[in-house]
Amino acid sequence: MLNPDLVGRTFAGDTSTLVTQEALDRFCAVVGEENTQIAPPTFSISITLDQSQTLLQDSGLDWSRVVHGDQRFEIKRPIIAGDHLVCSSTIESARAVAGNEIVTVRSDLHSGDELVVSTWSTLVVRA
Amino acid sequence: MSTFHANIVAGEELPARTFQIDRALLVQYANASGDQNPIHQNEEFAISVGLPNVIAHGMLTMALVGKYVSDLAGGSAAVKEFSARFTKPVVVPANAVVELNVSAKVSQNENGLVKLDLYASVDDVKVLGMAKAVISTS
Repeated sequence: MLNPDLVGRTFAGDTSTLVTQEALDRFCAVVGEENTQIAPPTFSISITLDQSQTLLQDSGLDWSRVVHGDQRFEIKRPIIAGDHLVCSSTIESARAVAGNEIVTVRSDLHSGDELVVSTWSTLVVRA
Repeated sequence: MSTFHANIVAGEELPARTFQIDRALLVQYANASGDQNPIHQNEEFAISVGLPNVIAHGMLTMALVGKYVSDLAGGSAAVKEFSARFTKPVVVPANAVVELNVSAKVSQNENGLVKLDLYASVDDVKVLGMAKAVISTS
């Protein structure tokens, strides 16, 4: 079970992820995107998935039982190669539905003071 | 540059497109995204946790729909918001090519922003729900 005291809490990362051209190339190749100068709309998940799991590892969330319910992106500007992005994750809500736990995690990616992308993941933790 | 004409209106349907998904694409996406969950690669494992077979990453489906949106928008830079609910898993048997059918309808065109309702299905079964995007036309 997620620790309910953590709802509303933000876990700020202290390490940045460098976006390499190779990472953009690999992601673009999957979807057949020819313009590899900027990240495709969902590229940021490749950073936030790993980072948010690390940031929330002591939250009580059982990642092995998590099913991805929905996903939202607000893209302030496209990610480009050379960006150093720092992730912060906030547990926005947690509720129990039919024995499952439904947790919404917001993860923001900042480059310095600039907010680049905000993402929301709804995670269904199966009972 | 957006590919929309300036006075596109709510209700207008945009050309549908098909994406092909096979096991090789799942491996390619796993390596590109870092999501190495075995349910997307290992049939034995997928079945052991109650799935019918290997399933595609929901985020792979979303990435492909994202490509559709980027192309409509005239490039990824114009895509401001994108969201979807994962309603049904996309099952990808070995040696099969699964066709993901994607289409869109304009829900609003105001203040330089076009809002789209997106539809994604496999064999006429919706795999994403409430899928939406907001595209800048300015």
